[in-house]
Amino acid sequence: MPVYLDHAATTPMVPAAIEAYAEALARVGNPSSLHTSGRKARALVEESRERIAAALDARPSEVIFTSGGTEADNLAIKGSLWAAVASNPLRRRVIASGIEHHAVLDPIVHLVDTGQADVTWLEPDRCGHVQVEDLTRALADTGDAALVTVMWANNEVGTVQPIQGLAEVARSHGVPLHTDAVQAVGHLRLSFADSGADLMTVSAHKFGGPIGVGALLARRGAALVPLSHGGGQERQVRSGTLDAPAVHAFAVALDEAVRVRDVEAKRLGTLRDRLIDGAMALGLGITVSGCWSPGDVEDRLPGNAHLLVPDAEGDSLLYLLDAAGVEVSTGSACQAGVPRPSHVLLAMGYTDREARGALRISLGHSSTDADVDAFLAALPGVVERARRASRRP
Amino acid sequence: MRVVAAMSGGVDSAVAASRMVEAGHEVVGVHLALSRSAATLRESARGCCTIEDAGDARRVADRLGIPFYVWDMADRFAQDVMADFAAEYAAGRTPNPCLRCNERIKFSALLDKALALGFDAVATGHYAQIVEGPHGRELHRAVDSAKDQSYVLGVLDADQLAHAFFPLGDTTKPQIREEAAARGFSVARKPDSHDICFIPDGDTRAYLTRVLGEAPGDLVTPEGEVIGTHSGAYGFTVGQRRGLGLERSSLDGEPRYVVGVEAARNRVVIGTADLLGVDDIIGDHARWCGPAPVGAVALGAQVRAHGAEVPCTAYALSDGTVRVQLAERIRGVAPGQSVVLYDGTRVVGSATIASTATSKARCSSTRRTCRRTRTTAAPGRTWARFTRCVASSRRPSTPTSAPRSWAAMSASPVRRSTPATARPRCSTCRRCGARRVGPECAESIEHISSGRPASSA
Repeated sequence: MPVYLDHAATTPMVPAAIEAYAEALARVGNPSSLHTSGRKARALVEESRERIAAALDARPSEVIFTSGGTEADNLAIKGSLWAAVASNPLRRRVIASGIEHHAVLDPIVHLVDTGQADVTWLEPDRCGHVQVEDLTRALADTGDAALVTVMWANNEVGTVQPIQGLAEVARSHGVPLHTDAVQAVGHLRLSFADSGADLMTVSAHKFGGPIGVGALLARRGAALVPLSHGGGQERQVRSGTLDAPAVHAFAVALDEAVRVRDVEAKRLGTLRDRLIDGAMALGLGITVSGCWSPGDVEDRLPGNAHLLVPDAEGDSLLYLLDAAGVEVSTGSACQAGVPRPSHVLLAMGYTDREARGALRISLGHSSTDADVDAFLAALPGVVERARRASRRP
Repeated sequence: MRVVAAMSGGVDSAVAASRMVEAGHEVVGVHLALSRSAATLRESARGCCTIEDAGDARRVADRLGIPFYVWDMADRFAQDVMADFAAEYAAGRTPNPCLRCNERIKFSALLDKALALGFDAVATGHYAQIVEGPHGRELHRAVDSAKDQSYVLGVLDADQLAHAFFPLGDTTKPQIREEAAARGFSVARKPDSHDICFIPDGDTRAYLTRVLGEAPGDLVTPEGEVIGTHSGAYGFTVGQRRGLGLERSSLDGEPRYVVGVEAARNRVVIGTADLLGVDDIIGDHARWCGPAPVGAVALGAQVRAHGAEVPCTAYALSDGTVRVQLAERIRGVAPGQSVVLYDGTRVVGSATIASTATSKARCSSTRRTCRRTRTTAAPGRTWARFTRCVASSRRPSTPTSAPRSWAAMSASPVRRSTPATARPRCSTCRRCGARRVGPECAESIEHISSGRPASSA
C-alpha cells in the first residue's frame, strides 16, 4: 500500500459514510416522486440537509445541493453576477483574491473574457493572506462591485483567510461575499451564520464523504440565476434529481468530521509540524512556503505542509516519491496532467523558479506517524536525484 | 532495465511500450506536453499535446499496468524546435522539425531527465532498428520501407543510441495495427500523424506568417528581373511549384519553380525545372551515429523524410562539415534540409544542408536518352528542352544557390531581346563555351557523342 499524503486532493471515505452510502444506494426512490418510496428518499435528503446545516451553523433552507465544489463555485459566481447585472447593469465587477482555486478563477476569467464582467484581483501578502484593508480600498475605488469572493482556506499553501472581516467590509458596501470553503469544512471551526458570508462552497469528498456531491450555502436573500434549468429542485436554483444516497453519506461524513474535529486538528497539526521540521532539518535547503508557526491549526490548515525544494522540479519530485511509494502533489490540480508553476505561489511573490520545486503534502484522518517517517526517509534520495534531473546539460 | 516509454497517444508508441513491458523491462509511460495550450481537441486530433492524445496514452498505460506521467517540455520545445523552425525559415532555409525534436527533445531533454531520474533508456515508436555492431550500436532502416523513420533519427550520436530502444523496427505498420487491436488498445485504428505537430492544419505558410509577420518582397528570375511579388520569402522553399502566384501565360508556358530563397534580400528566385537539379551538397552540423567516416566514402544519401536514396561520395571534413557528391542530380534540395547518409541499411550520420551546387560541364542532348550517361528524359521531353543530364565534370564545381542555365540565358522569354520568331537556333554557352544544344544543333549532338568534354569544344 502506498503512503497516501494527498488528502487535500481527496481523502478516503470514512467507514460510517461508506456504510450509509451503500445502504441508501440499495433503496429506490426519486426524492421528487410523490409516492411512498419517493417520500422516503425525500425524507432522507431533508434529514441530511438538516444535519449538514446544523454542522455548519446554517439554516436547512440555505443548503443547495450540487455535484461538488466546482459546480457550487460556478453557481455562486455566475449566478450572483448575472442576478446583479439583471437588477443593475452597471454592477458587474467581481472582486476576487488572486489565490483562488481554478473553480473560482476560471468562471471569473470566462465572464471577463466574454465581456460580461470586470474583475479586480486582491493580491495576498507573502504569507498568503488577503488583507481586509485591500478589500476596503478595492470596494471604495471601484464602486461597481457585484460580488466579492475569497476562499476560506487555500488548497495549496493552507493559509486561512479573515473571512469575517472581509464579509463585514463587503456587507457595509452592500456587496455579497462568496467563500470557497472546500478545504476548510470539516477541518476548521466554522460557522456560516457568524462568518457573515452570503455564499459558501462545500465539497463532501474533502472530509470523508463521497466524490460527486457538495453544496452551495446561500443566504435566503442571495440572488442567484440558475446555471441549468429543469425540474426546479433546490429553490429553483439547481435543477436535477437529488442524489439521496450521496447527500446522506455527505451528512454522515460531515457529522463525523465535526465530531472529531478539535482532537483531529491537534493530532494532524502535530504530525504536520514534525513533517515540516524533519524536512527542513535534512540540510537540503527545503523551506516551508507561506508562514508557519508550530502548533498553529487556525491560521494554517492543520494537515497542510507545503514545501519548496530549491533546484528541483516538482514533477520530478512527485514521480520519484511515487516510485518510492509515497503519494503527494505538486500543488493545485494540473491541466491535462501538465504541471505549471502555481499561480498561488506566484501571487504570494515567489519567483517562477522557486515555485517550480513545490510539493504539497496534505495529511488527513488516515495519516499516521509511520506515514511521516516514510516521507522523511524517502525525501533525501528523491531530492538529490530530482536535482540531477533538473540540471540542464 | 528501467525504461521510459515515450507515449504520444498514437498506435506506434503504444505497441512500442507494450513490447518493452513484454520484454521484461520496468517501464514507465511518459507523455510529453509540448504545447502550452493543452486544451486543443480536434477531429482525429494529432498535435503536440492534445488532451485526447494524452488521454489515449494514459489508457494504454492503464491497460499495460504501468505508471504514467505527463512531463512538461513545452519551454524546451518552444525554444529548441518551434523558435528554431521559424528562425530557419526566416534565414531562407527549410528545416525538418522532427529531426530537431529527436535531437533536442526526445533524445536529449527527455533522455537526460530519464537518466537522471534513474532510468536506463528511452523507447519510442519510431520505425528503425538498432543492431549491435563491431563498433557498438548501429542504427538501421526499418523492415517496413514505407514507414522507415531512420531518416529523422539520423541526428542521434552513439551516446544517444546507447540509451535508445526502437521496438517496432522489425515489423510492418499493418502488423503493428493488428498487434494493437489484439492487445485491445483503443488507438489501434487511430490515424497516423502526417503534419508538423505544432502546425496541425498543415498550412506552414500561414503559420510562418503568424509567427514572422508579413514581409513583402519580389519574385525574380535568376537574372534578377522582377516578375512578381510575395508576402514573405520564408513561405517558399526550393522546388516549390504551387502558390507562386505567377500567371503561366505571362511566361513561356513552362512550369516555374522556386529555385532559390535569398533571405538577406528578401527575394525568391523563380526558374525552370532544369535549375533545380543538384548533385553537390555541403552540409554542416554533422552528427555521426557511430565513428565518423574517414576520407571519401561511397554511401547513399537521402535528403527528405520519404525521399529516395541516391548513391554518393561523402567526405567528412574536420570542421564539422560534410561534402556529399551525388551520382545523379536530384531536384528540390533546399538548404536547411537534412542529408542523411546510409551504408546499406545502416545510418552513418547526418548533416544540415548549408549549400547546394551543380557540377558545371555536362553533356546535353536532344535525344530522350543521353548518350553519355544513358539517363532517360521524362516522357515527351528531350534533354535540350527542359534539362541537362548529369555527366562528370573536369572542373571543380562551386556552390551556388541559383545556378544560371542554358534555358535561362537563351530561352527564357523574360530575357529575350529579339522577337520570338527571330530566336537564334544555336548559341554558345557563356559558362563553359560549349555550343548550345537545340533540336536543330546537329553539331552539338556530334560533339557529345564523340565523348569529348564539352568545355574543350
